[in-house]
Amino acid sequence: MSIPHIPCLRFGVPYRSLNDSAVKDYRDGTTKATLSQVNAGVIRRDLKSMGQARDALRKFSTRELIEISAKAGELFLKEDLSIGEGGMMQSAQEYMETLSATSGLPHVMVQRNMDKIHYALTHVDLILNGLTRGIDLSILDQGYGEHGGSPVCFFPTTEALGLVMPSNSPAVNSLWLPSIALKIPIVMKPGREEPWTPYRLIQAFIAAGCPKEAFGFYSTDHEGAGDILKHCGRALIFGDKSTTDLYAGDPGVQVHGPGFSKILIGDDEIENWEAYLDVMVSSISDNGGRSCVNASAVIVPKYAKEIADALGKRLGPLKPLPVDDPNAVLSGFANPKMGEWIDSTLEADFSEKGALDATAPYRDGTRLLQAEGGTYLRPTIAYCESMDHPLANREFLCPYASVVEVDQNRMLSAIGPTLVVTAITKDASFKNQLLGASNIERLNIGPISTMKISWDQPHEGNMFEFLYKRRSIGMAA
Amino acid sequence: MANETEIQEAAIALDAHVAEIINWHFSHETGCSFWLDWAKEQDWNPLEEVKTFDDLCQKFPNFQDEWLRDLPNKVWVPQAYKNRPFNIFETGGTTGMPKQRIGWDDFREDYTAFSETLSDECFPKNHYWMMVGPTGPRRLRLAIEHLANERGCSCYFVDLDPRWVKRLIANHQFDQARAYMDHVVDQALTILKHREVSALFTTPKLLEALAERKDLVRAGIKGVFCGGTTMDKQYARFLVEEVCEGGKIGFVPTYGNTLMGLARHHPISAENDYSIAYYAPQPRAALRVINPETNQAVDYGTWGRVELTTLTKEFFMPRFLERDEALRRKPWSEAPWDGVAEVRPFGAMEKKIVEGVY
Repeated sequence: MSIPHIPCLRFGVPYRSLNDSAVKDYRDGTTKATLSQVNAGVIRRDLKSMGQARDALRKFSTRELIEISAKAGELFLKEDLSIGEGGMMQSAQEYMETLSATSGLPHVMVQRNMDKIHYALTHVDLILNGLTRGIDLSILDQGYGEHGGSPVCFFPTTEALGLVMPSNSPAVNSLWLPSIALKIPIVMKPGREEPWTPYRLIQAFIAAGCPKEAFGFYSTDHEGAGDILKHCGRALIFGDKSTTDLYAGDPGVQVHGPGFSKILIGDDEIENWEAYLDVMVSSISDNGGRSCVNASAVIVPKYAKEIADALGKRLGPLKPLPVDDPNAVLSGFANPKMGEWIDSTLEADFSEKGALDATAPYRDGTRLLQAEGGTYLRPTIAYCESMDHPLANREFLCPYASVVEVDQNRMLSAIGPTLVVTAITKDASFKNQLLGASNIERLNIGPISTMKISWDQPHEGNMFEFLYKRRSIGMAA
Repeated sequence: MANETEIQEAAIALDAHVAEIINWHFSHETGCSFWLDWAKEQDWNPLEEVKTFDDLCQKFPNFQDEWLRDLPNKVWVPQAYKNRPFNIFETGGTTGMPKQRIGWDDFREDYTAFSETLSDECFPKNHYWMMVGPTGPRRLRLAIEHLANERGCSCYFVDLDPRWVKRLIANHQFDQARAYMDHVVDQALTILKHREVSALFTTPKLLEALAERKDLVRAGIKGVFCGGTTMDKQYARFLVEEVCEGGKIGFVPTYGNTLMGLARHHPISAENDYSIAYYAPQPRAALRVINPETNQAVDYGTWGRVELTTLTKEFFMPRFLERDEALRRKPWSEAPWDGVAEVRPFGAMEKKIVEGVY
């Protein structure tokens, strides 16, 4: 099969740039696709036509777009879809294998991500119901109506949703999917190493009957990314803390950075900690430990050393397996330098007093290794004496967690901003404190994996409230 | 492409010009003190050993740019010009002392010759120009005004200080850089609103910014003469197809600086992938694309460092290594000597270069 070229999509129209980048196999560096790279000026010019893109979506009712989304979900999961130029097609199997080859995710994880996306697309009605708190969807078509006995009126906050996407996990694309049914076009800069999923999703939408004008797809530089964020009015950005800090406080930009998700065990359940090892292990290591909803800290009132040792015993021996092994847990690094950086950072931080690598005794070898033709990091559990240690509240692109002892009455202030907290407790008073905590985005009470998310409850910003505002309305009879 | 006869004739003309210029700068009656003193320190005599351009490339070392920073301007005054006050033109200087080139009539000669290459359709005679770009101590400011005068009219000016822009960007003060660019564009739009202008000189980034805020075709712009920063193939295509609306505005990219003058471009289009090749105003200046380690031209179509030799009676500058790299391009019938294509800052692929709006 020849190497596909993935063009830009200028509101649906393919555009082959004279500059391109290569998307490479994480193992041997062979080029799997070339990707058109456009200058920021192209994007700025196109953004002047955002209104036309939105007009194309407005011709459909929300209900019709939900049906198109569902059909797109089926196409995405199962069918051959256009990949690049010249009528080249890509089957679902080829998509899975190629994405695995360029991202380092084992097949089993890509398949799980595909299933998540499929679920999201085929349940957009459920998601919108959750996001809008059950308003009649015809109100979105008409702009106004009645809900719960009161008049309501909603107006869009933008003509297009800007997206600066990451490369770490395909399912992150599920965040923008409701935007189409909400009649807001997207303008996306894909992750440099992961154009596959968004491009396939866009092709699925178009094949399902969505107007192609709804999709801007631009691989570009920092200037282009900045312009997407600046000019779209509403945008999502994904990145590390240094990236997301730049946009913190900007109401038009929803920042998706590290999650610093955590498991907390209360005084009342700590004696039973061994019963919760499975949920700790899956929270830390599912999806290769690459998600913001992966737990990166376990906070307990006592037995931190014992818990760290037990987690080390479970996770330490894990090794890279062939990409098509259904038991594969670890992901390779598309950018080996990232793996090297994480390893050296961990080593430097472990050299500071007050932390122990609880996985080291069970690892039989180095954390960073070359295996299966690629670069991998094996899991790391850090026992930390206090939350002040640099490793206590960190997040890395691999299975990593600290285990720290903190008194229950200090836990909520000690954890800082946290995307997902799984709190294992039955203590009514602690539950009340957790329910009132303002630094937790999603709260699981009980032994629920931090990885479990609810599609009808946004865990990180409400897309409907981001894209629409309610206003007061009066109409003469 | 040029034929062999054209190429040979151009090479012969260059060799004759080199001999004349060497004779001028290394003769006590006409030369400047810098080169006369320099020659005394050598164990060879340029007057005897440099008769051709190849001789020049083999015998002279690379021109050192600190000579233009550190030495007094008067050392560069040829005897023949000693009774005429000179212009002082600068380049560089974002930090520290800029390079200074002195001159008298070169910029007029260079731009009069360049004017011959412009079409009357895109750059109408007897109509106004506007320059939006680095003026101040640069040769370009007087050169553009001369160009407008040469074509029968006058030029409006909006200044941009590239030294300040580069400093802002180096300090990551991007908001300030954007605000400064907006300030420059505001001034240009004010002129366009109140005056009739048909030809522009500006930088690519400023052209883009102007076009984002005003329909330049409807504003009456017919031609844009553009230079100053890197234009890769995609960017050139974008400027031609979209900013200049696919030919509604003539787009003339150039490569030039205070030390050379300016090199004209081979026409670009989708047929040549918008790969811009520039050709020096030979014989007054010559460009080579070389491997600096071997002092040999690289193969056609491959990357090398750009080396400039300036050969006028006012200024002799042999083998100056520019900060740029380029592809070596074959001679063209209208300029039957080597061209430099897809010019970009040297090492651009390895390190981040501050270019900003300039």
